[in-house]
Amino acid sequence: MVERYAQWVTTHKWFVLLTTLIMIAAMGMGGKNLEFSSNYRAFFSEGNPQLAAFDLLQTTYTKTDNVFVVLAPESGDAFDRNTLEAVQFLTEKAWLLPYTTRVDSLSNYQHTTSEEDDLYVADLLEEFPDIDDTELKRLRNIATNEPLLIHRLISTNGAVTAVNATMYLPEKTQEEVPEVVTATRAMLDELRAAYPDIDFYVTGTIMLNNAFFESSMNDLATLIPLMFVIIIITLGLLLRSIAGTISSVIVIFASIFTALGIFGWIGWSMSGPAAAAPTIIVTIAVADCVHVLVTFLHGMRSGLNKQAAMRESLRVNFQPILITTVTTIIGFLSMNSSDVPLFRDLGNLVAFGVATAWLFSIYTLPALMMVMPVRVKAETTQSKQSLSWLSEFVIGNRNKLLYGTLFVSMFALALVPNNKINDEFVKYFDNSIEFRQHTDFVEANLSGIYTIDYSLHTDLESGIANPQFLADVQALTLWLRQQPEVIHVNTITDIFKRLNKNMHSDDQSWYKLPEDRELAAQYLLLYEMSLPYGLDLNNQIDINKTATRLTVTLKNIRSEHTLALEKRIADWIETNTSIKEFYAASPNIMFSHIGYRNATSMISGTLLAMALITIVLIIALRSVKLGLMSMIPNMLPIGIAFGLWTFINGDIGLSLATSVGMALGIVVDDTVHFLSKYLRAKREQNLSNEDAVRYAFSTVGVALWVTSFVLVAGFLVLSLSSFGMNADRGLMASMAIALALIIDFLFLPTLLLGKSKETSHA
Amino acid sequence: MLKILTQGVLVIALSLNVAFAFELKGSAAEKGLAIAQESERRNTGWQDSRATMKMTLKNKAGDTSERDISIKSLEVEDDGDKSLTVFNSPRDVKGTAFLSFSHAVTPDEQWLYLPALKRVKRIASKNKSGPFMGSEFAFEDLSSFEVEKYTYNYLGTEQVNGLDCYKSELTPAYKHSGYSKTIAWIDQEEFRIQKIEYYDRKKKLLKTQTFHDYKKYLDQFWRAHKMVMTNHQVGKSTELLWSDYQFRTGLNDKDFNKNSLKRAR
Repeated sequence: MVERYAQWVTTHKWFVLLTTLIMIAAMGMGGKNLEFSSNYRAFFSEGNPQLAAFDLLQTTYTKTDNVFVVLAPESGDAFDRNTLEAVQFLTEKAWLLPYTTRVDSLSNYQHTTSEEDDLYVADLLEEFPDIDDTELKRLRNIATNEPLLIHRLISTNGAVTAVNATMYLPEKTQEEVPEVVTATRAMLDELRAAYPDIDFYVTGTIMLNNAFFESSMNDLATLIPLMFVIIIITLGLLLRSIAGTISSVIVIFASIFTALGIFGWIGWSMSGPAAAAPTIIVTIAVADCVHVLVTFLHGMRSGLNKQAAMRESLRVNFQPILITTVTTIIGFLSMNSSDVPLFRDLGNLVAFGVATAWLFSIYTLPALMMVMPVRVKAETTQSKQSLSWLSEFVIGNRNKLLYGTLFVSMFALALVPNNKINDEFVKYFDNSIEFRQHTDFVEANLSGIYTIDYSLHTDLESGIANPQFLADVQALTLWLRQQPEVIHVNTITDIFKRLNKNMHSDDQSWYKLPEDRELAAQYLLLYEMSLPYGLDLNNQIDINKTATRLTVTLKNIRSEHTLALEKRIADWIETNTSIKEFYAASPNIMFSHIGYRNATSMISGTLLAMALITIVLIIALRSVKLGLMSMIPNMLPIGIAFGLWTFINGDIGLSLATSVGMALGIVVDDTVHFLSKYLRAKREQNLSNEDAVRYAFSTVGVALWVTSFVLVAGFLVLSLSSFGMNADRGLMASMAIALALIIDFLFLPTLLLGKSKETSHA
Repeated sequence: MLKILTQGVLVIALSLNVAFAFELKGSAAEKGLAIAQESERRNTGWQDSRATMKMTLKNKAGDTSERDISIKSLEVEDDGDKSLTVFNSPRDVKGTAFLSFSHAVTPDEQWLYLPALKRVKRIASKNKSGPFMGSEFAFEDLSSFEVEKYTYNYLGTEQVNGLDCYKSELTPAYKHSGYSKTIAWIDQEEFRIQKIEYYDRKKKLLKTQTFHDYKKYLDQFWRAHKMVMTNHQVGKSTELLWSDYQFRTGLNDKDFNKNSLKRAR
């Protein structure tokens, strides 16, 4: 069957190449439908409860997508004329950014004062530049004492200040975020030129979205070329065949192009995690090519002609490559159980890639090699010799290796629980990414990017004016401000207190909540009457005035701490206030929960993948015992890698949790190749266990080491990604693959040898 | 303030002037100005009015909220009109009264009576662009139409609500306006505003206001009884339903000062 196929494919080479071209063209056309997703929402599935809460918050109040620009004057004083002028200029410019619905700054902050029965409402910084030193002092005094501004738009020491532009993205196209970012950067260029003495930093959720987008573009632009250079050099050195290298590169290109095309036809969009797919597909396609070519070139070097060498290669490799393809696909498809849609996309995209890589390496590659001129020199047997030394070493030291491996494994596995789930979205990006640098600066000098929004409800129309409710909100605010994680609390009660003071001729002793429900409601009406466009209270009060939004800004804390704080706040509200109904929502809350949801959902997917892979192995090896036993050397490297992860990072993020099934699907390949050769020796040649191990080493030892080298190199390239999700996945996979090779060489043989001894005694 | 009246409003030519024919000529600016002047001319002479209004706010989640308001207006020649607004609901602000002298290119003068405080407070602010009671209507959308508020640019004719309309671009003269421009459609027969589009500072469409159910009072003055303002950027909308219009009820300046504010119910 395989022989007939091999015969056919090597003789109908032009037909094969033509049909390949047609396939690539037809599938690849779908690539034009590919879109880049640039929204962190894509991490959350439609049924995600935290996303639902966040959506409800945004439709009840207003959207909070923002661009947050921080000005850090070299003078170290935000209240110098130059900086204030820049703030005012920036405030006006920010209004012109696409989709802006609101701009908050020191200059347009609506400052209220009163004289007798006159309430003055005006921009804090109005008549510029006619401003004297006393006025500057007054400004500083007002700004650094206003709870709405301090830690939000001005630092306590007055050294840095910020302008916050709130956007309402229609979310109709993927172009919106890049559009805002382009305009923001142009605006900042203009400001930097006009104010060389001020450093500008920019963060906010729009910049976060953009960082996801840009880091994936970065990956595509830098990692893939790097990957190709490494692959070409590696293949050239290992295969020592120009034709083989060129053909492999063609197969790799075809695999990626076609997989992306299918992805495009289905209509899925690319994203940060999916940007890792091409690198992974390259890696796996190379492994397929290497298996075919190593045997082919070996055949030619030992004197076979091209056709005969290829037929022999297909005969011995067809089944193992098919099996490893199936197990790898199962591994990647396990990502479909993830709670994060983007990982499902990644898993499916790579699964397509693995399938196309298989197709092209088993169908197109042989035909390509037939039309290419292939020249080989006489076989050298050095590598074989060095591996036969290895097989003798393993056979001679089987007990030491068996127990040594078990001991090391136990130690590493014991470390696994030290890892903690963590998904801090700022830390998804390394320090080479502008978003990370700027956000770290903002966090260190002014305010945080992690927030929790609370929607606090009453059961009555206009209920927020109820003195009891206001007292509860104020108590909550005061308590929150004492919490070590909290940087800032934005609350309506501060506005009520200020208005009450204003209504009493700015008498500081009246800086307290109005005690009468109607009075509070009327203050609010009065205040609303006096605000300009874009600075209204719709972002803090719902239309029926039954609920208010309270925004807590946090330091950069870990997911587990965010969740603990969320719980602590909820408990406090329930114990200490009469607020019956409330909910928490924010991107930070969403990311903090998703790590746990994802880990839980991945457990079933990973277990299913394990079971399916075991079944495939049992069928492929035609042995239940060997199939089950082979899972030990497959699971161990992943377990050890997670144990070692404690020393490297210790945080298990979204992508790492989805890596287990993937890694399993890949590392199982080595076992398949090794065991299939071992069994072939036992069954076809009736060799002893020792000799079968020697045979396995001598036939696939080189190919395994070459493919593992390529796979490790490929995933190490991925670990260079500036996007932590991809970098973590790359590092974890390369560790697991390297460990798998070691275990397959040193431990698997000892299992086979020991195992057989028992049966022979029985 | 609330002289919404004027916005939706027009006058029929006096019966003696039936033969009066409106003619468009000159540059686009002159044509636009002529349309505005004709519109204002037809809405001159109503003296004073009373009306009640129900305002319904709708957010993106589909929640609605209502406010009931009654409004007295006094026509002021060559300046913005005076208005006195009394809030009847929501309950907590019942009895709150708002007095406004609107001006075309200078800040409005505003006073608010807070029954809970039993005091009149003057609001000194340049802001006219803020939302009225949390709605999608800004103050400047509700104050009386004055020719001097804008510069004009005639754009052509278009059908709106099945009527042939003049279409003009209006650029606000007030420095602190929330808009870069508005586009207004005024029907050719009665010079009633049928539709206005509001553009934000970055010249993007922000809101559209449509006018419905025009009725004629005193055989001359048209008033729209339904106005809908849709905010395209945030997906919220506000509907105003007008009723109980009365004209020439004998109101004068004394009914529009700080003292009258306290008495207003």
